[in-house]
Order: sequence, then C-alpha cells, then structure tokens
Amino acid sequence: MSTPVLELDSLSVGFATDRGLVRAVEAVSFRVAPGEMLAVVGESGCGKSVTALAVMGLLPGSAQVGGRILFDGRDAREAQRGRDLAMVFQEPMTSLNPAFTAGEQVAEALRKHRGLAPRAAFDAAVEMLSRAHIPDAARRARQYPHQLSGGMRQRVMIAMALACRPRLLLCDEPTTALDVTVQAQIMALLDELRRETGTAVVLITHDLGVVADRADQVAVMYAGRVVEAAPAAQLFATPQHPYTVGLLGAAPRLVGGGGRLASIEGTVPDPLNLPPGCRFAPRCPFAVARCNEAPPLAEVSPGHSAACWRAPLDQVLAA
Amino acid sequence: MNLLELRDLRKLFPVRDALGRRRGAVRAVDGVSLSVAQGEVLAIVGESGCGKSTLGRLALRLIEPDEGQVRFAGEDLRALSPAALRARRRDMQLIFQDPFASLDPRMTVEAAIAEPLRLHGVVPRGQESAKVAEWLERVGLRADHARRWPHEFSGGQRQRIAIARALASGPKLVIGDEPVSALDVSIQAQVVNLLQDLIRDLGLTFVLISHDLAVVRHIADRVAVMYLGRIVELGETEQVFARPRHPYTRALLAAVPGQGAKAPPLAGDVPSPMSPPSGCRFHTRCAHAVARCREVDPMLPSEAHAAACHLAAELPAAVAPHETETGGERLRRLQAFFTQGTAA
Repeated sequence: MSTPVLELDSLSVGFATDRGLVRAVEAVSFRVAPGEMLAVVGESGCGKSVTALAVMGLLPGSAQVGGRILFDGRDAREAQRGRDLAMVFQEPMTSLNPAFTAGEQVAEALRKHRGLAPRAAFDAAVEMLSRAHIPDAARRARQYPHQLSGGMRQRVMIAMALACRPRLLLCDEPTTALDVTVQAQIMALLDELRRETGTAVVLITHDLGVVADRADQVAVMYAGRVVEAAPAAQLFATPQHPYTVGLLGAAPRLVGGGGRLASIEGTVPDPLNLPPGCRFAPRCPFAVARCNEAPPLAEVSPGHSAACWRAPLDQVLAA
Repeated sequence: MNLLELRDLRKLFPVRDALGRRRGAVRAVDGVSLSVAQGEVLAIVGESGCGKSTLGRLALRLIEPDEGQVRFAGEDLRALSPAALRARRRDMQLIFQDPFASLDPRMTVEAAIAEPLRLHGVVPRGQESAKVAEWLERVGLRADHARRWPHEFSGGQRQRIAIARALASGPKLVIGDEPVSALDVSIQAQVVNLLQDLIRDLGLTFVLISHDLAVVRHIADRVAVMYLGRIVELGETEQVFARPRHPYTRALLAAVPGQGAKAPPLAGDVPSPMSPPSGCRFHTRCAHAVARCREVDPMLPSEAHAAACHLAAELPAAVAPHETETGGERLRRLQAFFTQGTAA
C-alpha cells in the first residue's frame, strides 16, 4: 500500500474548562489514501470537526493534543496549509473576507504558494473559478462575497482551496447550509475536481445519504471515538456497530414505508461526565455487562472494524 | 370539512436601499390557494426563499396579506376584531425551527407552558401546575423538569418543551415551521415520532413547513411544492413522490442525497424573487421549457394531483426516487431492537 496522505495515530484532543477536562476526541486513528474520499460521520459534539481542526493545526493553543498526525508520512505540522492541505467550511460567508473580491481571494493563494505575479494570479483565479462552474467567471471574480449566492460562495471557497492543488482537502459540512438542489451541485463539483486533481478528501458530515453517494471509506464517530470504520458500501450493507444501525434507522427515507422511525433513545452523554466503558452503552439495546469496559476498535471482517463487544451483530440475530 | 382555506393569497415585502428609498418588492407569496382538511397532515416543501414560511405566517394571520382570504373553520380571519382574533389564537399555534430562540430564557419551563393555559383559561386557576406536569410527561419529559430553565436542556428537549407550549391551549391547527430541522438525526427521529403520536392521539390538523423531503414523505398525507412564491405541485404524498408531475418537483426529489452519485439535476440558482421570470417561473431552469413557458403563466389546475405546468401531460414518465438499498432484512431486524427498546 502506498503511503497514506493522512494518517491519524491515536489522536486525542482535550479542552480544559471550568468544570473539568472535556475529552472531545479520544484515540482516533484512520488513514486516507491518495485520491480517496473518507467520510467522517456523526452527530453534533461527536468530535468530527475537532478532528479536522486538529489536522489543519487550527485548534486553540490551550487544546491538549495527544497522538500523531502524519501528512505524507511526515509530521503534519511541517506541511503547509493552503498548499499541501486546505479546508472548506460549512458557512462560506464567514470564511470569505468581505473586503476583497472573489477573484482576489483565490488569487492570494496562488501568489503566496505558487509565486505567481499579481496579474497572472488573477487570471489563474478566474480560470479556477470557471472550473468550479461559476458562470461568467471573469465578471464574478470582480464581485464581493455579499454579491454572490450561498452556492456561489461555496464554489469560490472550493476554487480557493483547490487552486494550489493540495494533496488533501478537508470539508466540514460543506453543503449543510445550502438548499438541496445546490447541495447536489456542490457535491458533484467536489467529486469532479477531486478526480481531476487527485486530491484526497476528508468529508465531515452528518448526512448519511451524501456518504452513501460519494465516500470510499467511512468512519463513524460517537462521543469522541471512532465506533465503526469500513468501506462505504460495506458499512451500509452490513453495519456492525449498534450506533450505526440506530443512525441508519433514525433517518427518514424517501422510499419505502412510513411507520415509526427506529429512534435511538436518550441523548449523547455529557462530555464532562462520560459513561465508563462503551460510551454508547446507556442508549444501546444490545448492551451487556461487559460494555462497562471500553471495547477496542477491532476488525470484524477484512477492512471493516467496529468498537463493540457484541460485533459482529449477526450473533445477536442468531441467538 | 376544510379547517383552513387560503384563497389567492399575496404578500409582497418592500425592499429599500440604505437611504430608505423603495427599490422594489420581494414577491414572497404570489397567488396561493390551498385548503387543509380537518385532521390532515399537509406539508409545504420548497427551498429557501420559496415563500413557505411566509405562507405559514399568513395562514395564522401573524402577518397581513396584501390580497386574498384566510378562512379558519369557515370564519374569515381577516374580518375578526383584534379581540376575537386573540381568542381564536387558542385554536391555532405555531412551532418554530429553533428551540433556542423560541423559548424565553427568563421563563421557567413551568411558566412557559402555563402561560397559554392561563391566557386562554384552559384550566381553572390553581390547576395549571398539574396540567403542566401532564404535558411534560406527554412530550417525553419529567414533571420535575417544570422548575428548570430552558438553558438546562438540550436542543431536542427544548423542542419538546416548545411542542408542549404550542399544544397546551388545545389548538385544532398546528403549523410546524421546520420543527425538526435543527436537530441531530437520532434526536430528530425521536421528535418526529413524538409529533406523529400527538397528531394521531389529539386528532390535530398539522401543516408541516419543511425543506426536508424525507421527513415530509414520512409524516405528510398531502404535499404542496412551492417555487418562487407559487404552488407548482399539489397532491397526495404517495402520488407526488412516486409520480412527480412538475419538472421542479422531479428535480427536487432527484437532488436528495442517497440515490447514488450522478449529475446534479438542476443547474444555476433560484432567480431573484424581486423579479421572477415571465411566464412559468421555473422556465429559466427547466430542461423541457418551450416558447409558451416563457410567455404564459401556467395555473395550478384543481385536480387531486395537480401540477402548474403546460407540459405536465406530455412529459416523459417520471423516474421515482430510488434509494441505494442498505442493510436489507438483517438491518431491519437489528433496528427492531431500537424501536421496541428491548435489550437482547
């Protein structure tokens, strides 16, 4: 196997608060191969965004970070943000500078990282905006963020992030703030540019539909830990962690019957007062006494791991 | 019997520049007629700016229409005196999207739920507490939560409190404006299940305003699809989802993720509601548009399953949404453990 673009080795992130240490991320490990799309799925507070910020080196100085983050086999702190790895956030309005035009902002990255002269950088920016399917890119490049629609702003963000052909792109809920038809456009654009540039993508999302459509690999997170990791097709076909099973049942579907949704009872645990052992156990219909010990993320079948004492869950059904 | 009837509603919001000069108007709702039968769950779907929230507020007369009629239980809401309208409020309530903004942070849960009880004299004085406790349990919280403050609750719990407050006066009609959109998937499922139970047990007439087609498909009996201030398709949920007739409805359904990676169904953005396109408002993005669509504004016919499209009868048969199959029988059996809540 070639060197992964990104490798997390037992990453932990804690934040000291007045009430104690919040363990936002604990012992998270995964690898992303060149050109691959890994989706990190989970609900609010599961640690997925903190993981991405840790990779980007954007955590506040007070964060307590443990474990290793390797970019192309080397310490990720040596990699250059903007050139080697880039990030796209959920809300493009807050990530774009309102005082500069779209073209200037894309051009800045090209000047800084590729050493282009201002004029050449602006021309290359217009070219990049047009590759992000911004109609009339030359005119749009001279407009300010507030003159652009939400979908258009996200295209500018993607153009900016991919302008220097980074090896890795992190996308944190890139389509959550957008309407469904625009979401489809943005996801298709990401896919297209990823294939063109060979950039690996880590997609942080809560949307299982997007994951099923686009991801190669999936890591499901719950309360700071990865609870299941598998190739996307395998995860959807034979989920092995009870949380994944519940999550798939909780999402209403476009086809098929109505009836009650398989909701997961209770709420996500308070990060200051985490249950001992498996953090999902208090909400899990399959929990047994042993779940008081934390289950390791162990392989259930080749390439498919679950952090559950009862995995593979087929045993539960056979019983 | 129709509990709610909207006829030819129009609402324009003037747009002014920095100096206060009128620069035009957003045609938020531009000629909408719709009726909601007693006990029915009707969904209004569409993307941001289509006018669905404005329509909900017009239906409750929280804002005044520029033109058109709103009849509630046969009564013209616009003809009511302010006092009579206040009394009517007991029968029609709204649940908002954001439970962080819709609850007053300075009111305990008890005060928040007791307020409508007192305002409308639902229970005799002194019996509010017992009723509040009853409502808390009914929405899946505990009676002792009454003494707490909104900030002590999670988003899902707050939405339960907001639901209890909306239902406390015993309304006949409830409008939910994206009531589950701000919630995480697992919490959303709990609140969707709760809403469905309450609708059934209380015989509510419910109007669900949502952008989430899967939630709509799950809850609604009938669905109205809006685009730029107009209803473009109206029909029973099953029909509209299996055989969408309007090209916009088709595009909307095809855009829902989980159907396999494919080309995006629609290019471009929604045109500005300040100057909607001539003729059919969707013609600028419609793959089927012909000359007539640019010139003649199509009406919504009065059929059970209606589409405001000149070509509705000629379009090729729609491809029904088709989700990537997950898990099959094994997954359904595993999920049954969650629904039953039984431990293995």
